[in-house]
Amino acid sequence: MNEFVFHPGLILVLGAFLLPFLKGGARSAAILALPLVALFCLWRLPEGTLWSAHWLGYELAPLAVDRLSRLFATIFLLMALGGGLFALGQRSRLEIPAAFVYAGAAVGVTLAGDLVTVFVFWELMAVGSTLVLWAGGSAGAFAASRRYVAIHLLGGVILFAGITGHLLDTGDAAFTRMAPDSVAHWLILIGFLINAGAPPLSAWLPDAYPEASWSGSVFLSAFTTKTAVYVLLRGFPGTEFLIWIGLFMIFYGIVYALLENDMRRILAYSIVNQVGFMIAGIGIGTEMALNGAAAHAFSHIVYKALLLMSAGAVLAATGRRKCSELGGLFHSMPITTICGTIGALAISSFPLTSGFISKSMVTQAAIDGQLLWVWLALAAASAGVFLHAGIKFPWFVFFQKDSGLRPADPPASMRWAMIAFSFICIGLGVWPEPLYALLPYAVDYVPYTGAHVLTQLQLLLFSGLAFFVMLPWLKRTLTITLDADWLWRVALDRLWNACGRLLRRVGDGVGDALREIGAAAAGDIERARRPGGLLLRSRPTGAMALWAMVLLFAYLLLYYLR
Amino acid sequence: MEKTHWLDRPENVKKLWRGFLAVLALTVLAEPFVHLHPHFAVESLFGFHAWYGFAACAAMIVGAKALGLALKRPDTYYGKDGGDE
Repeated sequence: MNEFVFHPGLILVLGAFLLPFLKGGARSAAILALPLVALFCLWRLPEGTLWSAHWLGYELAPLAVDRLSRLFATIFLLMALGGGLFALGQRSRLEIPAAFVYAGAAVGVTLAGDLVTVFVFWELMAVGSTLVLWAGGSAGAFAASRRYVAIHLLGGVILFAGITGHLLDTGDAAFTRMAPDSVAHWLILIGFLINAGAPPLSAWLPDAYPEASWSGSVFLSAFTTKTAVYVLLRGFPGTEFLIWIGLFMIFYGIVYALLENDMRRILAYSIVNQVGFMIAGIGIGTEMALNGAAAHAFSHIVYKALLLMSAGAVLAATGRRKCSELGGLFHSMPITTICGTIGALAISSFPLTSGFISKSMVTQAAIDGQLLWVWLALAAASAGVFLHAGIKFPWFVFFQKDSGLRPADPPASMRWAMIAFSFICIGLGVWPEPLYALLPYAVDYVPYTGAHVLTQLQLLLFSGLAFFVMLPWLKRTLTITLDADWLWRVALDRLWNACGRLLRRVGDGVGDALREIGAAAAGDIERARRPGGLLLRSRPTGAMALWAMVLLFAYLLLYYLR
Repeated sequence: MEKTHWLDRPENVKKLWRGFLAVLALTVLAEPFVHLHPHFAVESLFGFHAWYGFAACAAMIVGAKALGLALKRPDTYYGKDGGDE
């Protein structure tokens, strides 16, 4: 039964409410200690259902642990630790508590054994992430947070409808494997996919994340999309159409990132791209593919946070975010440059980095399944990742033309967060066994074969050649690229205004008609109130009795007819 | 005046380019010496990953450029600072 154990996610959520009362060193210590304590508790939890409850006749399991959930909860807590360290110097008092609620809720989703708990933590994540975005403090951040929360509430409603339908259909709340075989399951799948950044609503992600503060986008990059990957891994493994969704996301991310000028929006598009690899793996659905998706989520969280940390360090130091205004920063920010480049190599799956040992499992699964076209697309995409994130980001931010800016490397807390995450990126690349040991299925895969290293180097280095040969085509311009968010930022606005104009016109017409009717009625009433008029006439009592009887008769008739 | 960084000198950039091209050539020339065990027929073509990677990237850049023609707007399109309000 309910033996007393701490819920690692709730440690972060409740701890977040303590933080506003602390100051200075105590606050910093608490920020670092909370994720560590939660990690410790997580690793002491045995596998199985640890908390159970009855609710409206359903069996709930608010705390359940297995290999997959422990893996994701671990990386989420590591991320809360690294992000907390990076953000120690953040002036906003709201951001870290909000981020801890957000991270705790993400852990809550991974440790939920039933769909009701999943939904509760899912919505708490939306609240936490919106507050992180809000803590950015700029007008742009506030406007983006409103659009962001609107999309996530929509996703939440769809998920809620799906879960309710599932409960009614099956009478079972347990979060187990499903298939898109009913309206309810489709709704659940759509709710999950919205958070993953899948089409057609992918644009919410690059719209919102780059508007957060220099540290806020580090937190935002980790949790929402990867919890979506987790629930898809658990709920819909082997759903074939996810392969195509994933491939679409991969190329969407590359193409939009290639066109983008804002350094953090480049990285935001590349989140969609990387999550695409995971979703494609979930769609392939073999043990190798699912292991690959889970491992890639793990390494992705680290290197993407590292990339956004280096971008955040640049933003904090220069106040600039456009590639066209940056460049040459390696002169004065050597540590940021090196750490950002390590992140860029890891996202590109260079040998000896974490991306190499995780993404290749998804590719291997496509090979094992003899899915030639999927494999060709994944190989092209791997080259494209190097192009849009691996070279483009460090090249335009740290190298290219000299912008003349000479900002110093960031303060110690930010430096150490970047160094620690760089270490993990390379550590996992050199020594993948500890990560492989955590994966949901036994791993029978050797990443470092001569063939694999050589072919990957060919793919990446020739992609680099393409970048430099075609550099004039990639010249940064002061532009954005329209995305689906145009529909709700502009088209919806226009539609709303058009409806407003139409309503006003209809309203004016109706008003005129009502005024005419009113004037006519006023004349009638005045005539009725004159002596001998309708209201001042005397009537016999019998007439009243007759009318009362008619009314009662009509009532009786209606009663029987009903 | 700060010292000129070695990366800022054009002759060093030229050396880096030469080094890069040499490594590119090496990765292709090393093919016969590595047991490649191709999984698909297309992989047995000489230097497949090299030219496929290059061609795929070129195609993506051209594709992005084409999409940009239709969808690029000034970055003040949604108002300054990305805010709508």
